[in-house]
Amino acid sequence: MKRVLEGSHSVAEAVRLARADVIAAYPITPQTHIVERLSDFCADGSLKARYLRVESEHSAMAALIGASSAGVRTFTATSSQGLALMHELLHWASGARLPIVLAEVNRALAPGWNIWTDQTDSLAQRDTGWIQLYCETGQEVLDTTLQAFRLAEQVSLPVMVVLDAFYLSHTYEPVDVPGQEEADRFLPAFRPRFMLNTEKPCAFNQMAPPDVYMEMRRSIQDGMKVALGGFAEMEEEFRRIFGRSYGAVEAISCEDAEIILVTSGTITSTCRQLLKELRSRGEKAGILKIKLFRPFPAESIRGYLKNVRKAAVIDRNFSFGSGGIFAGEVKAALCDLPERPEVFSFIAGLGGRDVTISDLESIYMQTKSQDVPPQESIWAGLRPLPVYAPDLKE
Amino acid sequence: MPLEVHDRDYMFAGHVGCPGCGAAIAMRFVLKALGEKTVMVIPACCWSIIAGAYPQSALKIPVLHTAFETGGAVASGVRAALDIKGDTETTVVTWAGDGGTFDIGFQALSGAVERNEDFIYVCYDNEAYMNTGIQRSSSTPYGAWTTTTPGRDWKKMRKKNIVEALVAHRIPYAATASIAFPEDLFRKVEKAKAIKGSRFIHIFASCPTGWRIPSEISVKIARMAVQTNIFPLYEVEDGVRYTINFSPKGYLVKEYFRLQGRFKHLTEKDLDQIQSMVEEDWKLLLHKAGGS
Repeated sequence: MKRVLEGSHSVAEAVRLARADVIAAYPITPQTHIVERLSDFCADGSLKARYLRVESEHSAMAALIGASSAGVRTFTATSSQGLALMHELLHWASGARLPIVLAEVNRALAPGWNIWTDQTDSLAQRDTGWIQLYCETGQEVLDTTLQAFRLAEQVSLPVMVVLDAFYLSHTYEPVDVPGQEEADRFLPAFRPRFMLNTEKPCAFNQMAPPDVYMEMRRSIQDGMKVALGGFAEMEEEFRRIFGRSYGAVEAISCEDAEIILVTSGTITSTCRQLLKELRSRGEKAGILKIKLFRPFPAESIRGYLKNVRKAAVIDRNFSFGSGGIFAGEVKAALCDLPERPEVFSFIAGLGGRDVTISDLESIYMQTKSQDVPPQESIWAGLRPLPVYAPDLKE
Repeated sequence: MPLEVHDRDYMFAGHVGCPGCGAAIAMRFVLKALGEKTVMVIPACCWSIIAGAYPQSALKIPVLHTAFETGGAVASGVRAALDIKGDTETTVVTWAGDGGTFDIGFQALSGAVERNEDFIYVCYDNEAYMNTGIQRSSSTPYGAWTTTTPGRDWKKMRKKNIVEALVAHRIPYAATASIAFPEDLFRKVEKAKAIKGSRFIHIFASCPTGWRIPSEISVKIARMAVQTNIFPLYEVEDGVRYTINFSPKGYLVKEYFRLQGRFKHLTEKDLDQIQSMVEEDWKLLLHKAGGS
């Protein structure tokens, strides 16, 4: 049934359809509408879950580690500082091979205080062993959240569903909300391989000395490799039931493209608009949207980019001392190709700054006009920062 | 007097604790009282090691090892999962040291008991970060040497009164217990098991390695802590009803201090001051219990 839903409420609807058993969360702007709606569902009985109103994000993840270890389906949502506070336990959740699902609303990290969208918070969790999926629309948010449970449970790894603050979390769009019966068909009840059980007592997460630790880490990587193929299979099943799929990456007008804009999240939607204009002017432009960030779909990215002249990666994030994070990953994926495109790295829209069609057009034109990209990322639309401390001035 | 306790053990004979480890004795007694329908959450502490490395375990019950500061939160999650599955029979227990309870895990513990989560939280207290090599915690008593309070920098602050902090949350049950008083300990664990909501048991668990005492006086030293009123045995129901379980025999604290290497630097004057601090604490407890 089509309904007009806020992005946050699309997450909540998917969690209801997934029949999550235990939810633990701590409020943080701009994640609050997700957990408020889930509180409503628990209160009115439309979701039969235990909702733990814990005292921090750290405890939210800790509680889910406990609940998931006891063999039930679990969910939380957070943003920015909250995700950073969870960091230790993000490692724990993947190391314990727990299929916890987390909706992460991208928000800038402080200081200064900034509640607006920025991907550095989730990308800083790159090496925690979580599968990461970036969304563009309200429909994709709902579908991806439902998919996340199935993927997580298939490979025994936690999944982060990532959506932009406000541009997605607080924006209303028409969304096709599946019925419970089809949702159940796609996502059967969780059957854990191992769980805390007094009939079969086991010790979980105990000391792992050097003679076993490496193999345990390798098994997480094996799970990631399964997730890469598993994602495509899972999406095929999703498409069969719901008629929609997204792909680990989505290539738009890439067949004959000479310059491809590489995007993620809601910037992709603005790029789609620009693409229409560029194509109508005869520009051979394309878009490669990256949805799956971990495991990184390097092979399909190579497939789409190997024959183009230039790629411009647009990052709403930054790794200090290095560059745009998606750009770094894309460059690494391409480096073994005998012939590869020139990769331009652009930083845009940090801390929620609007990235308009004209900003993106400027990025495209800069890419087109230069033969070789500069070594460092290009910060799009950078302005001089006013200095308000008089005694610091000469 | 023989101890009237069944001979079933939920701990294997082998473990990797130090000789005379009070925490190992505490675990054995507590599991005897809890029985096999128990799931245990162990945040980082000595018991993370004592329980053994993969693929062995010293315990015959399911154990979930977790991060240092998560004892209260992880147990909340386990309980929620069991509840949603309809398992009301299994008891969820967090088993944490003083560091994981008094210090780094205090926030999660406070959060869990404020929500009155249905679980038993046991703190086995050896009065310092023993697992990492005897560093000071907020449970370390006034006067003690540790590796981070060496020489003249011996600890000059009082031990945090963790039971009173929990009592302030008005939880259904809070109690102190000692490995030297197994019948009292056994009774308290059984009592806690029968109560719903958050229950807290603070067990005094001596540490020969960290306290610089011979391993064979581990239980004796724990007994003396009670006899001197340094660690009184009492219980508090619903945050208001205090019951003192052991009446003091008039031992002086210096007799307890004299046996331990961690206090050997203290002067007679220091010990007199500690004696008056202990008496002050005892009077406060008597007052709360409705005594004189």
